[in-house]
Formats: sequence, structure tokens, C-alpha cells
Amino acid sequence: MTFELFLQHLANGISLGSLYALIAIGYTMVYGILRLINFAHGDVVMLGAYAAFYGAALFLLPWYIAFPLAIIITAALGVIIERIAYKPLREYPRINLFTAAVAVSFLIENLGIVIFGGRPFAFTRPEFMDVNLSFGKTSIISYTFIIIITAGILFAILLYLVNKTKAGMAMRALSKDIETTGLVGVNTDRIIMFTFALGSALAAAGGILWATKFPQINPLMGVMPGLKAFIAAVLGGIGNIPGAMIGGFLLGISEILIVAFLPSLSGYRDAFAFAILILLLLFRPNGIMGEVQAEKV
Amino acid sequence: MSQSDLVLEVKDLTIFYGNIKAVKGISFTVREGEIVTLIGANGAGKSSTLRAISGIVPWGGEINYRGKSLRGIPADRIVAMGVAQVPEGRGIFGNLTVLENLKLATWQRKDKAEVSKDFERVFTIFPRLKERISQPGGTLSGGEQQMLAVGRALMSRGSMVLLDEPSMGLAPVLVQEIFRVITEVNAGGTTVLLVEQNANMALRHAHRGYVLETGTISMSGSGPDLLGEPRVKEAYLGG
Repeated sequence: MTFELFLQHLANGISLGSLYALIAIGYTMVYGILRLINFAHGDVVMLGAYAAFYGAALFLLPWYIAFPLAIIITAALGVIIERIAYKPLREYPRINLFTAAVAVSFLIENLGIVIFGGRPFAFTRPEFMDVNLSFGKTSIISYTFIIIITAGILFAILLYLVNKTKAGMAMRALSKDIETTGLVGVNTDRIIMFTFALGSALAAAGGILWATKFPQINPLMGVMPGLKAFIAAVLGGIGNIPGAMIGGFLLGISEILIVAFLPSLSGYRDAFAFAILILLLLFRPNGIMGEVQAEKV
Repeated sequence: MSQSDLVLEVKDLTIFYGNIKAVKGISFTVREGEIVTLIGANGAGKSSTLRAISGIVPWGGEINYRGKSLRGIPADRIVAMGVAQVPEGRGIFGNLTVLENLKLATWQRKDKAEVSKDFERVFTIFPRLKERISQPGGTLSGGEQQMLAVGRALMSRGSMVLLDEPSMGLAPVLVQEIFRVITEVNAGGTTVLLVEQNANMALRHAHRGYVLETGTISMSGSGPDLLGEPRVKEAYLGG
């Protein structure tokens, strides 16, 4: 393999990894505060992509309006899912909540098939994402870089929100002890809504960018990215935001590079994520950044 | 005393955990400027009572704060009404810094100038906290965490503070210190409802006390009276 080709694969891996990371953050934040694996999160990714598609293709909005609007709508949908499906079950055993999440996932997928139709649509990239950039002998299409840069900006905004703002402070408190957070006067319901809004917004951004990278959308398009992002969150240590980012990049880069170096294994591409997961969990059961957590009594 | 200095009025309070009745219809009052203590053994229902007042466990009967029923009011609104709790086991957020722990309690407050005055006040009462202002709460010692928990209750500017076992797990010297602070805070105008297993210390600092036994109030009286009561001496003060 030439060095140029390697760089091309690496850029590809980093951009795939940043998509996994964007989606993984939603899993990890919701788990952090509610100890819930939000199985419907992958489907929220799909909703984001469809919202952008309809805005651009049906309502003919320019991308710079359609994409942010899709992110806002999806964030609101994420909050609605929490209000309707999860909030009423919060006081019950975790298994109920988990079952509800699986049900919401199937509901969204099937509603998607009914409303959007089962046939895939072609997603048109904005022109500036379709520019062929040449570097010596290799050429990379501009969306690869735009995905990485956009994800980077979103990560920076998220880390700022979580570490430097009042709402972020409350989120961190909530993840340690939800009852005491209420006792000191924080409206915990609102913080939980905020968390779902943030996670769903990032999932929507992930979904839209996913659709620019793999420009075909269908109602089940969120399943595999959702599953891989969940693995990324576990790899990084579920509940830990920087961990989810690291896990996402690790998964994306290794997935691309393994296939690049061993093309004969390309049929097993989706299996790598699971193999990496099993291996890592054997040696670090709490993930890369995870702390050893005592079960709450 | 007139009706108007009633801060807290609890009537026929019952609390269930599943089928177990933890509190079986207790009644008590707390007046403006008082330190009132609920003493009793483990499992008598003391903490449950405080948790009911703060709105984190469901309850039956009546709880009125300054003449207003607390039924159905969520925990954060109760804090906004002026009732702060220092929970059992302190409830410090180990992943937040000392400053963040204190800031969190000002969530509901809009009076920025007053908030910064209150920071000064807390740091004057607890200079130790100022030294450790940017350390994560989890790295503090038990005594420092208790100070932080009390400081946090002050930051929410409760006109009433509920203290759940503030002396628990502290060395005698720190117990003294915590009770000195409670008296000081009370002298500053804050009404205190104190739950304690350390009956001796609690009764010595409280204006009035109630003895809770397996979910019912068995005795009540002024602090000194209860201290002199033979049954209290025998059961809670080691003879």
C-alpha cells in the first residue's frame, strides 16, 4: 500500500469514526443520567437524516437552513420520546425502561416505513461537500474533511456545555445522584429533557453527515450506525463523554484500516466492531475511560 | 405563640415503603427561629420524615410550610420556597468541585449580588472550603464534606434547613464544630429541623425535641426537659 493510499484510508476512517462518536455521545449521556441504554437512539439518527432530506428535497430549502432545522426538529423529537415513553417509567425497574426503548425503536422504524416509504431515497450532497480535492496522487472528496471538521466543532461545543455551563454542571451532578440533585433545588426533569435534546441533536447531525457520506437513506439506516455507536460508547466506558468520542474514533479507524490492509476480510467488516468489543471487554470490562462503578443500592 | 410564626406544621404524617408503614401518623411543629430536633433510633422514621417534607417520598396526612400545603410540590420547588435539606450521608457530588457543589444550590436564585455575598458568608464560616475551592468534592475528608453539605444548604438560602444526621461518622471534635455552626446559622435567622441519633448533642442545642419510636412520637418537650427525662436518658443517652 502506498503512503498516499494509506492517508486516504485514514481520512476515511477518521470521518467514519467522528460519525460513530457523534452518535455514541447520545447513548453515553442518557446512560450516564438514567442508566438507560436508549435503544431508539439509532432511529433518531435516521429521523435526523430524513428531516434534512425533506427540508432540502421537498421544501427546497438551502442546506444551511434545512440542516440546522432538521437538527432542531430531531432534538425536539428526542425530548418527546423521553416525555411519552421513558418519563412515566422512571420510578420502575430498569428492565421496563429498557423494554420501552426497544419498543420505541421498532415503532419509529415501522412508522418510518409507513410514512417515508420502504424504498431508499438518494440524498443529494450540497455542492461544497462534493468537491474533489487532489493531494499528489490521491484525491479525497471534500465531505470527508467537512464531516471531521463539523464533528470537531460539535465536540468542542458539547464539552463546553457540559463542563462550563450551569446546565452542564447539573447534568454532571445528576449523573452521580439524581435525588440529591433535586434536593439542592435543580429541576431534574428539565435537565433530563436537556440531555435528550443534546443527544438527539448530535444524533441528527450524525445522521445528516452519514447521509452525505453514504448518500442513500432508508427507514432502517439508523440500525447499524446505532449499534456500532453503542459499541463505541461501551468501548470508551459508557457514561463517559470523552470515552464515547475515543471509542467512536477507535472503531471507525480500525474498521476502515483492517479492511484496507486485509481486503480479503472485507465481507466481515461489520463483525470487526463486535470482535473489538469482545476483546476489549475481556481486558477492560469498564471500557477505556470507564471507572469501576459500584452498583447503587 | 401566634399562628404566623409557625414555619412547619406536620399533621398525621404517614409514609409507606411498599407495604411497610415507616411513619405512622406523627404530628409536630417548628416555629420561626427555632432549632427543633427529632431524635430516635435507626429505623424510627426520622429520615423518612425529612424526605417527605422535601418531596422525595410520597406521604399521607398534612405538611404545611408557612401555611401552604406541600402536597404534590416537586423537590426543586420546595427548595425554591425556602426549605433546604442536608441529606443523610451528605450527598456531596464527588465529580464536581467544591465551588460547583455550592453553585448548584443557587440554581433557583436570580439575585446575583446576594449570591456572591452568600459565598463570602459560607467561606467565612468554613475557611477550609475556600482553601479547597477547586478540588473535586470526592477528595474532601468526611468532616469537610459535611461542611460543604451545610454550606450548600446555606447557598440555597433556605429560611429553613433540614439536617439529616449531620454528626454521622464524624470525630467528636468535628461533631462539636458542626453543632457550633448549626447554632451560628440558627442565630443568623435560619429555622432548623434536625434529625439525630446523637441525642445528647441534639437536645443540648435544640429549643425543642420530639422522640420518635418505630414511626410514632413517644415524647416531646424542650431540649433541657427531654435531656432530664429518665426514659430518654435510659434509651438514648446511655443511662
